Amino acid sequence: MSFIDYFRANKTNSASVAKERLQIIVAHERGKRNQPDYLPAMQQEIIDVIKKYVAIDDEQVHVTLENTDNCSVFELNVTLPG
Amino acid sequence: MAKIIVVTSGKGGVGKTTTSAAIGTGLALKGNKTVIIDFDVGLRNLDLIMGCERRVVYDFVNVLNNEANLTQTLIKDKRVENLFVLPASQTRDKDALTLEGVEKVLNELSETFDFIICDSPAGIEKGAQMALYFADEAIVVTNPEVSSVRDSDRILGILQSKSKRAEQGSEPVKEHLLLTRYNPARVEEGEMLSVTDVEEILAIPLMGVIPESEAVLKASNQGEPVIHNQDADAGKAYSDAVDRLLGETVEFRFLTAPKKGILKRLIGA
Ligand SMILES: Nc1ncnc2c1ncn2[C@@H]1O[C@H](COP(=O)(O)OP(=O)(O)OP(=O)(O)O)[C@@H](O)[C@H]1O
Ligand SMILES: [Mg+2]
Repeated sequence: MSFIDYFRANKTNSASVAKERLQIIVAHERGKRNQPDYLPAMQQEIIDVIKKYVAIDDEQVHVTLENTDNCSVFELNVTLPG
Repeated sequence: MAKIIVVTSGKGGVGKTTTSAAIGTGLALKGNKTVIIDFDVGLRNLDLIMGCERRVVYDFVNVLNNEANLTQTLIKDKRVENLFVLPASQTRDKDALTLEGVEKVLNELSETFDFIICDSPAGIEKGAQMALYFADEAIVVTNPEVSSVRDSDRILGILQSKSKRAEQGSEPVKEHLLLTRYNPARVEEGEMLSVTDVEEILAIPLMGVIPESEAVLKASNQGEPVIHNQDADAGKAYSDAVDRLLGETVEFRFLTAPKKGILKRLIGA
């Protein structure tokens, strides 16, 4: 590394920021596109059922779907008001 | 049986038409009977890039509607033997295309051509899906820039779920990454995503890197696909890409910036 390159390397490297952001968003979007079509509707219906009993916001509900080789794990997390 | 190759990107203006013209011409120069189809119905542009805009009589939609046959509609290239253009309609919109109609035309072309290149419109909606539906292979044109890379990934998702091959569960569409408008100097400055960055994110085989080049604008001004300009790096890089598409192993060129002199290096210019 030359003398000048040393200072260059310390400059904020916008390409590496771009790469990091892309890796995150692309992974997120790939996960979403592999999920079944019925998932958003099912999620909404479950939330509606919970709402019949407890007052919650949609943001208090977190849904994840993890795919492993031979099965999928559907996880629903609801933060109930204390 | 022709090989059907779609040139696609999701994002607009990244170089699909430039690439369709260059790759189609390159395949024909190598002796393959090739037709390039403009799927950008309503926004015809391939004719200008190919330099045949004044010879358009009928178009793709006329053929679909049986208002003209393929022999009347195909435009024979003036420079290259075995090269033809099927122009898009200027006056109709993308709804004029139907899968059944497109399939019929592709089947007919398949009987006599070796390669069918489909120049896709921008976007991920109907027009782009129509262009990629029957593809055997896909050239995903990408610029080293965040929104282009993200859109390329989305179009890959569509190739893997909404193409005919995906729907029928047959062998998947063969994907090729073509990185265009690459500026090695800016990559070395850390201002632009590198080839390896984009390869890592999209994870599909690289078929070419086309440098950002003034020769491309000049070529479009003259209506002469840039691959004819073998003095320009962009022309040579497209030739390499054609060779790789045909299965050859070709070393990558133009990935590094020309070396600067010692004085420029010291002052950091
Ligand atoms: N390697 C390159 N160097 C410099 N300019 C380029 C390069 N490739 C493409 N361009 C320029 O980028 C612009 C868009 O190119 P082109 O029309 O091929 O893109 P496109 O993807 O077909 O666009 P659209 O989505 O509108 O159909 C043109 O002005 C073209 O000259
Ligand atoms: Mg175009």
